[in-house]
Amino acid sequence: MADPEARKVIEMGYGGSERLTMNMGPQHPSAHGVFRAILTLEGETVVGVDAVIGYLHRCHEKLGESLTYTQYPSIASKTDYIAAMTSELAYVRAAEIVGKIEVPKRAQYLRVIAAELQRVASHCLWLGTWTLDMGGALGGGATIFLYCFREREMVLDLFEALTGARLLYGFHQVGGTRYDIPAGWAQKTRETIALIERRLDEYEDMLEHNAVFQARTQGVGVVSRGLAQEIGFSGPLIRGSGVNYDIRRAEPYSSYEDFDFKVPVETEGDCYARYRVRMVEFRESIKIVRQALDGLPEGPIASRPGVKSVGQVRIAKGEAYARVEGARGEVGCYLVADGSAKPYRMKWRGASFSNLSILPHILIGCKVADVVAIMGSVDPVFGEVDR
Amino acid sequence: MSEALNAFLVGTTVLLALIGIVTYVTLLERKFAARMQSRIGPYRVGPHGLLQPIADGIKLMIKEDVVPRLADRTVYNLAPIVFLIPCLLIFATMPFAPGLGVADTNIGILFFLAVSAMEIVGLFMGGWGSNNKYALLSVMRAVNQIISYDLPFIFTALVPVVLTGSLRLSDIADAQAGFFGWFVFYPVIGQLAFGAYIVATLAAENRVPFDILEAESELIAGFRVEYSGMKFALIQLGEYAHILGTSFLGALLFLGAWAGPGPAWLGPAWFLLKAMFVFLLVTWVRWSFVRIRVDQILAISWKLLLPASLLLLMATAVVVVLRGASGV
Repeated sequence: MADPEARKVIEMGYGGSERLTMNMGPQHPSAHGVFRAILTLEGETVVGVDAVIGYLHRCHEKLGESLTYTQYPSIASKTDYIAAMTSELAYVRAAEIVGKIEVPKRAQYLRVIAAELQRVASHCLWLGTWTLDMGGALGGGATIFLYCFREREMVLDLFEALTGARLLYGFHQVGGTRYDIPAGWAQKTRETIALIERRLDEYEDMLEHNAVFQARTQGVGVVSRGLAQEIGFSGPLIRGSGVNYDIRRAEPYSSYEDFDFKVPVETEGDCYARYRVRMVEFRESIKIVRQALDGLPEGPIASRPGVKSVGQVRIAKGEAYARVEGARGEVGCYLVADGSAKPYRMKWRGASFSNLSILPHILIGCKVADVVAIMGSVDPVFGEVDR
Repeated sequence: MSEALNAFLVGTTVLLALIGIVTYVTLLERKFAARMQSRIGPYRVGPHGLLQPIADGIKLMIKEDVVPRLADRTVYNLAPIVFLIPCLLIFATMPFAPGLGVADTNIGILFFLAVSAMEIVGLFMGGWGSNNKYALLSVMRAVNQIISYDLPFIFTALVPVVLTGSLRLSDIADAQAGFFGWFVFYPVIGQLAFGAYIVATLAAENRVPFDILEAESELIAGFRVEYSGMKFALIQLGEYAHILGTSFLGALLFLGAWAGPGPAWLGPAWFLLKAMFVFLLVTWVRWSFVRIRVDQILAISWKLLLPASLLLLMATAVVVVLRGASGV
């Protein structure tokens, strides 16, 4: 039975003013997880945005304080679950800096290979979901989406062969990596990346020469250089706004100084520029993987003996901030150690969290359809935003 | 009495055949899309998934029918039927072979275009009656889009009419005798008109890149977000019937309808084949483009497609007059 009071309220919402308040999320096909944007619309134009986050908060920083240095890396991968390798890496690097633990050269190269393959897999997912947002599940977007997942699947197969897991790996440990590459893996990886490189040409053909795709992305969601720096953009987004900043180059870690790669920069700052940056990054990552496989040194994969009990790794008193270039930008981990087997305090800096704070600045004045295009180009992962 | 009975029988046959074709067109599209996306598509129900549409139909029939508590019940319940009827009625004047059709009237194409534009009423009722903001936004877009694209659609459909000099659909089909008599091969005008017809068809059928009123990444599913079960099935049926109708019309106007090699009784098969060609052309576009924005859609229509199709129609008229004067 209809409730007459409730009916009245709803009808006032429609007829009382010219503005319409619309919820996008937390359950919405293009929310990329659990993000809620309360949009105020005038017709199709957005005049107000209220972004609500926190639906995926899992007390990661508290978990970091209560789990030991051996236990937490496999949990760290759950912050940014699309690019799990990089968040693990940030955590173990922080622990290594505090504890002044050396990492063997082979382990450093293995970390680079894992991180760059992860970037390829993560960008595959970004491209697929972004075109899905713009093109619809019953349209060309779904076609690109399925192509991208086909490629992501191949990278995940490689990770499965390497670590036994497909999403959350537990590959890194303090002092090195947990697994060495199995026999035949390097050859398989070379074949896979060569195939992905060829397929990238197909995507570019399908998207860049497509007038509709250009109309949807060029000039949409422009972030100026100044705004990008003010907000704390990082990763492909800040490079899309004309700032040449890449942690792999600015502050090399894990032997990144050994590799020859290009940092793509675009100056327009729109969705298309961010797309271009990521497409070049795809290829650069593949280049780095190839170099790392070629130059992979022999030797141990960890500077510490294998762990027998969870409390075995103890880090001396001190504090440090470690940052790595994740697929979405700067992934940072701040660690305060007190000499025990667990950190005293831990803080995450998620790239998506800072990147996402751009939304209220650029969504005003956009059409509803642009909201999803911009959201997709920012590529947030809510495990990392809410932690 | 026997005439009425005859009309009834023919009408029922066409309707049933139509529903059968529409059901299997969904399977065709799913298989086609699957191939494009390097998938296999429906495969489990029956050999090569041939029974999938039937399984889908049964599934939709036994689904719970949910009506939102605050929906305008009368409008909400009536909308799928109001939407479906014009979508099926467009076949009323369509001849499938010489003398085979429900009513081959002398205003056939006019009837088709007029009834085809009526679908917006059911669509709007559905979106409005659901009392849902996504649906409301969707029908706002729908009204904009359908008004803007029905005009170019009509203008391009009128090009063969001007070339033939008749509004009767069977006359238009007969005028395209011989392979190079098809209007799509008419120098310049034919190709331009066919291209414009395909674009206008995409928009009039609300398919990607013009499917802004469904836009599931923005508006979930647009005007049908609140529909479920049989009502959803009726809307889906109507939508595909409309697509099929415009495909048949495209095949009739530009591709010579039932003309083809072989005995005359193969005519309907040729016609169906050509309609499927138009359908797959539209499907091909659908599965390779991303969606375009509402303001861009309107800009394309009013600034490009409408003047272009109007000019084309005028050019056609001039050509016909000159042709008549020179006695060719």
